[in-house]
Amino acid sequence: MIPAAFEYARASSVEEASNLLSKFGEDAKVLAGGHSLIPLMRLRLAQPSALVDINGLKDLDHIKEDGRKLRVGALTRHVTIQNSSTVKEKLPLLAEIAGEVGDNQVRNMGTMGGVIAHADAAGDYPTLALMLDADIVTNQRTIPANEFFKDLFTTALAPDEIVTEVVFPVATGAHKYVKFRRRLFDWAIVGVAAQKMNGGWRIGLTNVGPTPVRATAVEEALHKGAQPEEAAQHASDELDPAGDLRASPEYKKHLARVLTKRAINQAEGRQ
Amino acid sequence: MAPAERRLEGIRSMKHKVATTVNGRRHEHEVEPRLLLVHHLRDNLGLTGTHIGCDTSQCGACTILVDGKAVKSCTMFAVQAEGKSLTTIEGMAKDGELHPIQQAFWDEHGLQCGYCTPGFIMAAAYLLAQNPNPTEDEIRKGLEGNLCRCTGYVNIVKAVQTAAKTMSTAPARKTTVAAGGN
Repeated sequence: MIPAAFEYARASSVEEASNLLSKFGEDAKVLAGGHSLIPLMRLRLAQPSALVDINGLKDLDHIKEDGRKLRVGALTRHVTIQNSSTVKEKLPLLAEIAGEVGDNQVRNMGTMGGVIAHADAAGDYPTLALMLDADIVTNQRTIPANEFFKDLFTTALAPDEIVTEVVFPVATGAHKYVKFRRRLFDWAIVGVAAQKMNGGWRIGLTNVGPTPVRATAVEEALHKGAQPEEAAQHASDELDPAGDLRASPEYKKHLARVLTKRAINQAEGRQ
Repeated sequence: MAPAERRLEGIRSMKHKVATTVNGRRHEHEVEPRLLLVHHLRDNLGLTGTHIGCDTSQCGACTILVDGKAVKSCTMFAVQAEGKSLTTIEGMAKDGELHPIQQAFWDEHGLQCGYCTPGFIMAAAYLLAQNPNPTEDEIRKGLEGNLCRCTGYVNIVKAVQTAAKTMSTAPARKTTVAAGGN
């Protein structure tokens, strides 16, 4: 299947990329790893008027840490995140999640910034960003994750705004991402991330609504001393997931509860 | 079509130069931005060993190596390959001798209809460059991006195990597969 025609330009700096986006107008898209965008273009679900290729912006491909924060450049590929000794040491949950995205071929191309900016409800990094209060840095400003994801495929980004970096807190405590799917390389039907941090738990849910969800009711129950099984019953509180080909809304709510229990238990080394 | 639309069509179909090294040979072409890399390989370079299976980035039949990394060539535009070094299935055999991975797929009968085979061999080449001595689980996980609709996975896994053995004992071949993770 052949995508609709589009104008193509390679950017040699973030500033140039932003200028090109302004010039081409709001139908233009950024091309990073392309592993969400190109499939959509082939199905003609997306027909951008122009693509601004940022793959040459090597300074966006970086992983830095300063003891408190882990900064992941927007163009950092999943494979780099998955294998990074810095990520494994400072935020091992992120390395685990990166290793669960797609397959080897997808992880060689797909990027942190791409997943964040695309804001697919089934994307894995948005869940982590939201639950850990990460910051999304763009060429214009810094946006807290809880103000970034607005709706299905909809973010706070302006048409000429480009994600340059995602800043996570360092977290080295017990953690687990349980990604429930029928085949290894699939998107999550439902995913649950659990991270022990600052003496409490952070729990995030993937693909149970138009945006990622932080399961605060579960976090609070755990904080008050509830057992994982009991606390996990709150994972579906206030959820209103859309059904899709793979799962009904009821089944997704069921999965949210079951997987939350598993994520907490497995984080702590129980089955 | 209004004149303004026609002008836009013209701009969007404007060709860009793409220079690549494919299996050691340099090529230069003018391509439309929307041309997928797999179509460039098959239609412009005549390298039809790279197959198109699903058109939805799932099956891995179109897997090739781009600067040593396994990539689905149906999910990359040809213009993105500018300046890159590509290896396709046609670049695996050297001097009339099959690559050890190809030989192992032959010996272990790691194929049934054969349609997915080029993609599996390229994905296996990447896997073995990352991890020369993988366990069965690591092979299965490493090939998760490739589908065999004949479901001949048992022999495919065996073939990769055999290839790993031959490659660890045979004298090192000059390969263009990335050793690092990125």
